[in-house]
Amino acid sequence: MTTSFLIYKLILVFSVFGITLLVAMYSTYMERKVAAFLQDRIGPDRAGPFGILQPLADGVKMFMKEEIIPNVSNKFLFIAGPSIAMITAIMAGVVIPWGNILVINGEEYVLQIADLNIGILYVFAVVSFGVYGIMIGGWASNNKFSLLGAIRASAQMISYEIAMGLSIIALIMMTGTLSLREIALMQGGGVGSDWNMWNVVYQPLGFLMFIICAFAECNRMPFDLPETETELVGGYHTEYSSMKLGFYLFAEYINMFTSSAVMATLYFGGFNFPFQNDLGLGQNAVTIIGTIFFFAKIAFFIFFFMWIRWTLPRFRYDQLMNLGWKILIPLAIANVAITGLVMILLD
Amino acid sequence: MQSLTNRSKVVVKKEMTLAERLYLPAILGGVMITIRHLFKRKATIRYPEKKRTFSAVWRGHHVLKRDDKGAERCTACGLCAVSCPAEAITMTSGERKKGEEHLYREEKYAVTYEINMLRCIFCGLCEEACPKEAIFLTDRLVSTDYGRDGFIYGKDKLVEPVDKRIDVSKRQTPDVLAFKQLNKSASHNR
Repeated sequence: MTTSFLIYKLILVFSVFGITLLVAMYSTYMERKVAAFLQDRIGPDRAGPFGILQPLADGVKMFMKEEIIPNVSNKFLFIAGPSIAMITAIMAGVVIPWGNILVINGEEYVLQIADLNIGILYVFAVVSFGVYGIMIGGWASNNKFSLLGAIRASAQMISYEIAMGLSIIALIMMTGTLSLREIALMQGGGVGSDWNMWNVVYQPLGFLMFIICAFAECNRMPFDLPETETELVGGYHTEYSSMKLGFYLFAEYINMFTSSAVMATLYFGGFNFPFQNDLGLGQNAVTIIGTIFFFAKIAFFIFFFMWIRWTLPRFRYDQLMNLGWKILIPLAIANVAITGLVMILLD
Repeated sequence: MQSLTNRSKVVVKKEMTLAERLYLPAILGGVMITIRHLFKRKATIRYPEKKRTFSAVWRGHHVLKRDDKGAERCTACGLCAVSCPAEAITMTSGERKKGEEHLYREEKYAVTYEINMLRCIFCGLCEEACPKEAIFLTDRLVSTDYGRDGFIYGKDKLVEPVDKRIDVSKRQTPDVLAFKQLNKSASHNR
């Protein structure tokens, strides 16, 4: 382990950390802008040009607000809740391949913090840990609305994690690996000289199920039952104020960012872009453009998350469970069976 | 049943078709509707920079007019206070002293004149009742305040400054002027 390796990893870790926070910050801005535009309004435009400093103003507001911890709450867990939500949300970014290999002075630098050979499992493990933050926070608040929100969150997470895992299995059967980087590399080329399609072409049903489950896992709109303001005041974060509330909201946006990144990696070619081997660009140029493309894909998915949020109304609780257990899980199993059958037939 | 508009739809409770039960076509339709709104012209008006033009007969912040020579027209007759449905107007009258002719047009004048802007409903009946054409509602807005006391407007805020007259000619629409021409007998128009 040389010093240069350490420095390179440290730079990577800090830039991923910074970019994640920055993207989450501007997701809040983008959410408000998208919401406004879809409703024929213009959204925040007072702080800086086009309201570009709005997230800063929001952050300052969150920090300055009075910190309220209810007397009847379990103080340690009350603080642990948002911390866990935030930590687990940030941790998922470790295994995501942000780009291909950069070659500087003959040394190869992979734009990925850690290429675990069980990358997908790691993401699943960390993301499912995120529900503990919500559950603990909701329970520690000692408030019936918070508790109901927390119960809903955990029930929803468990239900949809199964369907999500099953929808991934078909993909893993095709790729034969759990490493996110290898899955991304397999989709290299795309349109161009070597016809190598993105996984979404082979697994459209799997992608559809995965994106539905991702919505549920992120507690996003059609599935945002843990924080239904019409029924549960604020859901699990009813009792939270100031930056602890900020952490919860922030964690939601970071989760959105990471699940967008995972979706882009698994199904939409990751850091690959069409014609990348035909343009005659150098290795580094292709890597940098690929990273830009990757972030463009992520941005599209984040926009898609918001787009859906401002289009669809919320599911009822029984509808949510129906969809999860009676439709998505059988469908996912069928998808696995069909994929296996097709693979045998093609061999 | 006959429908009143041509927009009503007859609701039929029937089994949903497969496409309907999948929900995805419907979701796609909804998504297309929202994305179309993304490119539509926005209805918002950026307020402090851009203001909507008021209607010519907009009823806002009242003004107590002065005559051509700068004397207050109000004679504290109290008709405005009587006509006010919200009972927002109070006043006390006083007698004009010698040497105050340039301040008050007639022998009697309003020493204090207060309008409670929280009570006022801006109906314009005070203006209609006024025989001296002293009070008018203008196109100015009543600004916000932190306390209730700030909303009780005295003469300092209501009487127009001598050097900065407030134009109320827009409220005198042709109909109003024609009415005044016809009713020459009204004492204040003589």
